[in-house]
Amino acid sequence: MAASASIIPSNATATAKFRATSTAATTPLSPPSVLKFPSISPNYPSTKPLISHSALPHFQHKPLSAVTPPNASSTPPPTATASTFHGVCYVVGDNLDTDQIIPAEYLTLVPSNPEEYKKLGSYALIGLPSSYQTRFVEPGQFKSNYSIVIGGDNFGCGSSREHAPVALGAAGVAAVVAESYARIFFRNSVATGEIYPLESEGRLCEECRTGDVVTIEVADNKLINHTTGKENKLKPIGDAGPVIEAGGIFAYARKTGMIPA
Amino acid sequence: MASSTITSPPTPLINKKDAGLSAFSSQASFSVQKSQKRVCKKIVSVMAPQQSERRPATTGSVKTGMTMTEKIFAKASEKSQLSPGENVWVNVDVLMTHDVCGPPAIGIFKREFGENAKVWDREKLVIIPDHYIFTADERANRNVGILRDFCNEQNIKYFYDIKDLGNFKANPDYKGVCHVALAQEGHCRPGEVLLGTDSHTCTAGAFGQFATGIGNTDAGFVLGTGKLLLKVPPTLRFVMDGEMPDYLLAKDLILQIIGEISVSGATYKSMEFVGTTVESLTMEERMTLCNMVVEAGGKNGVVPADSTTYKYLEDKTSVPYEPVYSDEQARFLSEYRFDVSKLEPLVAKPHSPDNRALARECKDVKIDRVYIGSCTGGKTEDFMAAAKVFLASGKKVKVPTFLVPATQKVWMDVYALPVPGSGGKTCAQIFEEAGCDTPASPSCGACLGGPRDTYARMNEPQVCVSTTNRNFPGRMGHKEGQIYLASPYTAAASALTGYVTDPREFLQ
Repeated sequence: MAASASIIPSNATATAKFRATSTAATTPLSPPSVLKFPSISPNYPSTKPLISHSALPHFQHKPLSAVTPPNASSTPPPTATASTFHGVCYVVGDNLDTDQIIPAEYLTLVPSNPEEYKKLGSYALIGLPSSYQTRFVEPGQFKSNYSIVIGGDNFGCGSSREHAPVALGAAGVAAVVAESYARIFFRNSVATGEIYPLESEGRLCEECRTGDVVTIEVADNKLINHTTGKENKLKPIGDAGPVIEAGGIFAYARKTGMIPA
Repeated sequence: MASSTITSPPTPLINKKDAGLSAFSSQASFSVQKSQKRVCKKIVSVMAPQQSERRPATTGSVKTGMTMTEKIFAKASEKSQLSPGENVWVNVDVLMTHDVCGPPAIGIFKREFGENAKVWDREKLVIIPDHYIFTADERANRNVGILRDFCNEQNIKYFYDIKDLGNFKANPDYKGVCHVALAQEGHCRPGEVLLGTDSHTCTAGAFGQFATGIGNTDAGFVLGTGKLLLKVPPTLRFVMDGEMPDYLLAKDLILQIIGEISVSGATYKSMEFVGTTVESLTMEERMTLCNMVVEAGGKNGVVPADSTTYKYLEDKTSVPYEPVYSDEQARFLSEYRFDVSKLEPLVAKPHSPDNRALARECKDVKIDRVYIGSCTGGKTEDFMAAAKVFLASGKKVKVPTFLVPATQKVWMDVYALPVPGSGGKTCAQIFEEAGCDTPASPSCGACLGGPRDTYARMNEPQVCVSTTNRNFPGRMGHKEGQIYLASPYTAAASALTGYVTDPREFLQ
């Protein structure tokens, strides 16, 4: 995957996510059933600056002038309330159930305990079968190199364990883009404010590959894959948006006066 | 305040119709995953084509008919009329939590309402440790302690505590699996709203109530307010008629349905089960039916309350209840009809509950173990059913067969109740003669794997036939474990041969 490697200068003072990008170029890609290499659009400029010099945990990043118009605030705050997400994506298939996101043996960790919250992050997606050759969180790490998860249908099905969106959030995931969601997982994502659950138009999980660098513009309902040069439409977040922006159901309930501040 | 805060994502309600599924009309407005279709054309033939929606009277002054679920929502939100899609604040009658989700929910409750906050109603909270009980895992044990401290502090009326892990019988309050305990202790009542921090809370819909699973944050909210914002779901109706063949159980019926509509076929919807077959089912069988509604993505399942329900509740609760029933002109999203006499014993093959296959077509699948337990298949009648097969065979099992009664009551029944046709033998005796493992301490056990030292956890990549509810990768422990979901009849038959086996091999 030489084409992709050339985009990333070798002297990049990259955060871990870019090591992941170059690694992804040489390892088999997920979803496991397909071995495809991302095609680089010939129109895509090869000198695009993908290096983030910031140490921000969430991948807020100067907009790429060749691809997207400059954002009004060029250095967004490092929280999930920003309307832009940028980072390396990890792709999973359909029916990604919560046992795979966080296996039962780790549910003794109580998320409201900060130490245990952090530990949960280290186990995010550890339940994926071995056909997924790229690990989501490296052994010994607490956070993932991937801040965006791309999934298929019925993402988050199975057990109601809220530890699932929490583990993803603790691992540094800012947003999930799935074709559709199971209801309890979606509800838990919105209620906790841990991850931004977006829906794609069509099978994004077949168009993107683990390691692709993507930008999500929530307000414009679009996802830009810098590695392939393609843009994909997303569905508007709808009524759940204000709850997520507020930071979850309690913050929202206070904001709207449903419970005392 | 009418603004909706928590809503379903704008799903593409496109019918991705597969030519093989003749039962789906173009009206079906839920997305069916092409990639998950496992249609057996032989079984499809028993389903009558879908009927169109029944239209309500169109005069402006007539109220639109409502389904059971819509009516329960209306009552709980103090509205006279509502329709699917509306977001309403419902009053919660019972909130259940257990040792895995209780501590986080408590943490959230205290963080949001204050360290000294009191729950909205000390009698409406039912706290049931059941998931990781008989283990040396320190955090698991600590979590039961967190529940205990909270219950003491809040003077919670219903806390089914356990302290002596070495001898479950030494704990008079301890029950076991939450969904079975809720029913046995009389907490499930027609017409009410029951929420629980567990996806299989939908089990209680068997009692004609609205019951669904919620997360820790939502539970924390309910703890403080006694309310939750919920979206009214549209209803899918499943009509099952005919006399239940004596080799079929409710587990086969629900596997049939899930295989038909897929693991996302009922997402955000209510599943209503009616018909002469459903009316003939016992409460435990109705619970099995509703238990796996979540495996089809369903929000809740309901069975209309009837004399079977009232009889069951007679000695269990004195709280007055008011059953509700779907109106004649209620509107259903879709209706499916089954002639039960044409159905056959099924399994769900690895690794999805909708990976449906006929048990007899899997007879060459060699297995390593059998697990009989959980809220789905570990109730008294489930063990009686398994015992019936072992009795009919008279032989010994060929693979390790693990038995985990769901609750203390079930355990006692297994050791006390005589199995019909056995000359007075109990299930326990029959199990012993068949060479099964000794029935274990009641809990959720290995249904979801659990801590490494959990009894019957799958720690090797083996093939297991199980009466549980999920078979996603790693569900019972090992990621490469292969789980075949089945009825207790099928599980027992399989134990006897060492292969996936249709129970008619022994029952006919």
